[in-house]
Formats: sequence, C-alpha cells, structure tokens
Amino acid sequence: MLYLGSQLPKAAPVDWQQRFAKLAQQSKQPLLQQYYAAGMVDGRTAIANTPLLALDLETTGLDPRCHGIVSIGLVPLTSQRVQSSQAQQWLVKPRFALTSSSVKIHRITDSALANAPDLLDILPEFLAAIAGKVLLVHCADIERQFLAAALNVRLRETLQFPVIDTMALEGRLYRAKPLTLWQKLRKQQQPSIRLAASRSRYGLPPYLPHHAVTDALACAELFLAQLTHRFPITTAVNELWD
Amino acid sequence: MSENELEIEQLEILSFLKRHSPFQELSAAEQLNLAQQIDVGYFRAGSDILAYNAPLDALYLIRSGVVETFRRNGDLYNRLSEGGIFGEQGLLRGKKVRFPAKALQDTLIYLIPAAAFEQLFDQNEFFADYVEVGDAERRAEPRIEKAANHQLMSAKVSELLSRPPLLLTAAASIQQAAISMREAGESCLLLTNPAQPEQIIGLITDRDLRNRVVAEALNTANPVAEIMTEQLVTVQASQFVFEAMLLMLRHNLHHLPVLAQQRPVGIIAIADIIRHESNNSLFIVSSIYQQQSVSDLAQLKSAVQACFVRMVNEDANSQMIGSAMATIGRSFKQRLLELAEQTLGPPPIPYCFLALGSMARDEQLIVTDQDNALVLDNSYDPELHDAYFAKLASFVCDGLAECGYPLCSGDIMATNPRWRQPLHVWQGYFQDWLSKPTAEKLLHSNIFFDLDGVWGNTDWAKQLNQQITQSAPGSKTFLASMTRNALRRTPPLGFFQDFVMEEDGRQNNSLNIKRRGTAPFADLLRIYALSMGSQARSSYQRLAVLSERNLLPKGRAEDLRDAYEVIAMTRIRHQAAALQQQQTPDNNVEPGQLSEFERKHLKAAFLVLANAQKFLKFHFQA
Repeated sequence: MLYLGSQLPKAAPVDWQQRFAKLAQQSKQPLLQQYYAAGMVDGRTAIANTPLLALDLETTGLDPRCHGIVSIGLVPLTSQRVQSSQAQQWLVKPRFALTSSSVKIHRITDSALANAPDLLDILPEFLAAIAGKVLLVHCADIERQFLAAALNVRLRETLQFPVIDTMALEGRLYRAKPLTLWQKLRKQQQPSIRLAASRSRYGLPPYLPHHAVTDALACAELFLAQLTHRFPITTAVNELWD
Repeated sequence: MSENELEIEQLEILSFLKRHSPFQELSAAEQLNLAQQIDVGYFRAGSDILAYNAPLDALYLIRSGVVETFRRNGDLYNRLSEGGIFGEQGLLRGKKVRFPAKALQDTLIYLIPAAAFEQLFDQNEFFADYVEVGDAERRAEPRIEKAANHQLMSAKVSELLSRPPLLLTAAASIQQAAISMREAGESCLLLTNPAQPEQIIGLITDRDLRNRVVAEALNTANPVAEIMTEQLVTVQASQFVFEAMLLMLRHNLHHLPVLAQQRPVGIIAIADIIRHESNNSLFIVSSIYQQQSVSDLAQLKSAVQACFVRMVNEDANSQMIGSAMATIGRSFKQRLLELAEQTLGPPPIPYCFLALGSMARDEQLIVTDQDNALVLDNSYDPELHDAYFAKLASFVCDGLAECGYPLCSGDIMATNPRWRQPLHVWQGYFQDWLSKPTAEKLLHSNIFFDLDGVWGNTDWAKQLNQQITQSAPGSKTFLASMTRNALRRTPPLGFFQDFVMEEDGRQNNSLNIKRRGTAPFADLLRIYALSMGSQARSSYQRLAVLSERNLLPKGRAEDLRDAYEVIAMTRIRHQAAALQQQQTPDNNVEPGQLSEFERKHLKAAFLVLANAQKFLKFHFQA
C-alpha cells in the first residue's frame, strides 16, 4: 500500500465493544449488521488474548474519492506467531480506471483484473474473515478511508472498526518529541516510520513492498517485534488500538 | 476456498526458500506448497527460542538474525545465521527439543510445520540427506557415492580385457616364442608350466627379446624359460581397475597377467589403463626412473601437480590420491639415491633410507614437507663414514626440495646428524621413547612412529617397526603421553557465515585443515594402532583394524572412516583448486570457499573427530 505522512495517535479512546453493539442496531445493511453483531473484544483484553488480523489494501492511487481498491491481503496472528499459512488474498476490479503510476507500483494490470469480481461480490467473505478480529495495519487512515469510501459507494453506508496502527506505534517513539534546536542545527531528521525503515530497526529483513499479502505479513512481523521489544503481552488492547 | 480467492502468493517466503539449501533444491511445486504452510515467529536478542526437551512442532528456518544452539550440558553446539535451520534432530527423534536454542540477535524465524517437514523427509531424498547430515551416526556422504560411480573406481579388471592371453609352454625355444608373438601381434607372452598347461610360470615381452636375447647374443634355440620373468605379480579379473593400477605402480610393472579361477584370462598393459581414463601417475613413476639428473627430475614437478589435479577431477578418493602421491614421492627418493650413489660412489657400509610421516603412511599430498632419516650399519665409524653419508643426505634432501618437497621445518631429515645414526642408536632412541616416555619428549618424535624403508637395507626398517609394535601396547605411560600430545590439536566447532567457529565461540578467518583435521586424525589412529600392536600404517588400514577389533562402540569406526574421507578430501580439493588457479597450494581453507553442503559435512566430520578424541582421552587415561 501507499503511505501518507505521519499521523499522530488520536487522543480520545473509543470503547469499540460498545460502539459495535450500537452499530449492529443502527446499520441498515444485513451484511454489516452481521459484522457488527459478531462483536468486538473488550478494550481491557490483554493483547495476548486478542485475535488479530493484519490487513493491507493495494489501490489505484491515494485519494479514496477517485481511486479504488485492487487487492486485499489478510494475515492472522497472535502475540506469539504470525499465522501466514492462514493468509487470504483477493483481487478486485475497481470502479475507477487503473492509473499507469499505480500499476507500476503494485504491478496489477487490467488484464490481471479482467475476470476479477467487484468488491461487493467478495464482501460477505471479507467481512466474515475480519468479524470479531482486531485489524492491524501500517498507516491505518488509508485502509479506513478506502474501505469506508468503497462501501459508501456500494451500500450507502461506511465501515467502522478498531485498528492497531504499527506506524502510529512507531510514531509514539519518534514523533512524540519535536526535534530540539540542537538537532535541527545539526540537520538531524526524524527517523522514518515507514514500513521498511521501521522493520529494519527491529532487525527484520527488507521485503518487496506493494503486494497485499506480503505487506500484511510485513506489518504483522513488525507488530510482533514491537510487542517483543516494547509492550508486555498483558498490555490491554485499548492501549494500542484506536 | 472460493473461486474468487486466489492461490495465496507468499512471494517473500517463496523467494527466500528458493535462495537456501535444502529448499532451493526442491521442485517448484514443493517450494510453492511449503511457502504456503509457513508461519512466522520473532525472537528478541538474548531470548530463549527452544528449551531442552520441550515439545517441538516445527523446523526452524532463520529468515534474519543469529541463533545459537547448545548441548544439554550448556556447551555451544552451533551458531547459525540467515538460511540456517535447527530443530531437525528433535523432529527426527520424538518431536522433542534436543539442542536448546537462543537468539543471539533479534531473529525472525520461518516455521515449517512438522507435518510438512516429515513429508519432505519421506519423499525427497536430497532433503532427507541434508537434514540427516547434522546427525553424526547416520551421515551420508554423497561424494563417496559419486566417486564409487566413477569408472575408475567401479570398473573391474575384466572390463579391460579384450582378448585371451597369448600362451606358450615354457619348454618352447626363444625363437618359437618370438614367432608366436609375431603371429599374434602381441608384445607380451605368458609361459605355462610344461607339466600343467593351466599354470603360468613366467612372462616375456618384446623388451626382453631385445635386452636379454639380442643384446646378449643368446642362442634363440635356447629354452624361453631362460629369459622369462618369474615370480609374477598377478591380478584377479574380479578386482577393481584401480587395484590393478596400484599394483603396477607399486611394482613398477608394465604388464600384469589377469587370472580368473587360477587360470590366465588376459594381460593388461599400462596403455590399457591409460586408455581407460585412468590417471597418468604410472607415466610419472616410470619417467622418474628415466631421468639422469636432479634438474631433469625437477622438471617433473609440474607433471606431478597435473596428475594430482587430474585424479581429484576424476573423483578419485583420498586413499587412491594419497597412495599415488606417496608412490611418486618414494620413486623420487629412490631415483635420487641411485643418482647420489652414481655421483658419490658406492656406500662404504650398508644403509637404509627411511621415509617418515605421510609418505610412510602411504597418504602423501601435494603440500608436504620431506621427512626422512638414515639408518646405518652398526659398523658405522663417524670418522670413516660420516662424510659420505652427510653428502648423500644433502644430495637427496636438496634434490627433493628441487622436486617440490620443501625441507622439513622441524629438521627431521637425514641431513641432521641426530637422524643419521647406526641401527643400534636408533634402537636406543625407540627404547627411550617407549620405556621412558614424557609428553614433551614424544611431541617432536611421534613422526618416527610412522616409518617405512624406501631404499637400501629395508629390513632394518622392519626391525624398528617390530620393536615399536612389541613394546607400545604394554606401555601405558607411552600411550597416555602420545594421547596427551594428540589432544593438543583439536578440530574447530564448525562455521558461522564466513568464519571458523571455535569451541569457545571465537571466530577465525581460515582453517588449517591439516593441523586441525587430517593431522589430529592421523595422530588418533596411530595411537589406536600402536595400542593394538598393529603393523597397519596407513590411516585406512588402521581404520580397518579398528573396525575389526571392535575397540570402539558399534558403528563408530565406520563414522570415523567417513569423517576422515570428508576432511581429507576437503584438503585435497583445496590444494587442487589452488593448483588450477596457478596459486601455491597450502592447507589454509577459508570457509567462504566452501559450499554450504561442504561446510555441513565438514562440521559433522569435525564433530566425529572431536568425539573420538574425547573417547581416546578416556581410553588411555591421558
């Protein structure tokens, strides 16, 4: 996936369990009612006991209003293991034309998508896969905005869900304090919190980016490393998600 | 899986498998299937990955980072990096962890489920061999198999025979023999016992007709028995070609009668073997005897090297190569001594020239010091005789140096007066080493316990060897002192990246494969041979004796033989590679030059050697 700039973590914690219960009532779409009705873990649940699912989307560009989703990758994990053997992946035909610049990035072409379904056709499967799980994403805004926009076009309703953002977790280390004058004078820069740079700080190998399953795997590995180095597995999930 | 869902593409996992043994050798379908079954774990530097005896459900493949595995007693067993695997021994033995593992750096692990591991182990021979190599007791050595498949190794003498031998009764005249050779177009004729036509009693060649008949103006009506070569060396048709070759080398023969069920079935000539893709060491030996000066002999140096390289490329085993090189080295000595006697005149008293060390053990290589000594008749009087033998020793040792055998840095050469002594002094030396041994005294003299007479009165060499084999088995202190010295040189633990790993975790850039491998091995086998009073001198013979006598736990002698071959061939290939690149061959192997496969085998071989050394220590209470 493609990344925007840095995002600071939001201040107000959301009670996602409560919100899911409410959304299950409010939603008009049976598919989404089902998704919300599957529920969400209590925010106080230890991360060790939280079902997690790394998600990555490949898109035709950066603007959810005029770009669409071309592929989705999901990789489940626990606080101990990335269950890459259980990965799932879909190619979907976007309702916007592919742009040559995005094709260069994710290498998914029109011909590859010729027989791909619309997102709507795979939505039941996708929602079933993510139901009850806490999603893990590197740079959550993209995934959130694109899924919301895609569903809004198709179902006239958006999709809300909690996300653990590995980029935000990395940002807590490096974006919490602005650079000091001394650092600026010495032309020091904030360390990058993009996926590859973050991974390398934990001794994780470089992976070729912009392939949905690989990016989801890369994100899941990064989260394991972040947990191992920085958060005890008893950490409540609401300290990590937003 | 719905039709909308694609085959999952684990591109990174797949491309990693394609870069590392034993996965890169799998078929594309096996790789794809495996990539989809892998899960991932992450371990922080310093954390435990596997605890001893814990249940094990996966093979661990290091994607990034460094891991150390340990023995039960806490000793370092192995250090592994990207592409390294661990847990295979545990999976093969009850799915419990055998070697606990710890992350030395932050480490990402690809976990291959036990079921997938077992499937590959059962269905893919290469994979099974690869993961079993870590297991000293069940090691497979594909190079040995490869050598066995080679024609020279597997071909029987019978395959070289194209026609029945030409036979004639020994009662026939010289002229009749010549006529029958002319008619058959043969250059060699076998002569049979007039009373028993099936029994061959001699042989003549074209050369004999020239040298023994024409040149001597002998009457051709005389019986051919007068000029025939008797006491024939023969070979059985069922023996291997390389055995025939070794026989011809050893006895400097050009023709070898072949027998089957005691009957002559053919003759093989050097040319037959050459034609049969053999090596050219026979040519070298015969040309050594034809050279008329030291400088002529020195010209053969490059031919010897070419012969060595050729044998390696033809997958000869270390025994064949070591034996051929020792024969060549012995021939150089013998010819130099002949030339020395021509130059200096006949010796004033009888003497015996000794070969020591690797040449005596029949396992010489290309980088080898000359180790030799002189045993003189007991009538030796320094005033009268030493000037001659000092000159003789210089002639031979300097000559050997010119022919590519550097002077011995430890001065164990006939030029050293201490090692140029009458028999009774030598007997005194051995008496002292054997009955009043100290580790220090024996440190520089253990080379004398591999001793062979190459020229002159070689009976004295036999007497000295008898003295050794009679006294050594009973002398516990001697064996213990020898053992203490042998344990001064130990093999390394293995390899890590491009470094040699030591027991204490230190890393070195290169490995002296002689000092850390073949030499401690030879030391170990020598001690066992001495303790058994065995006359066996080559490491192969000593291994065979060890195997027969059941001195070691079952299967251990066979492990030792395989391990010796792995280490010896690594050294041999290293030297051959240097020669092919026009470099000076040495014994320093850099791990970077070894394939992953070679390293794995070498590590396993070092382990066998290290264990054998421990056993040796226990055995002789050193």
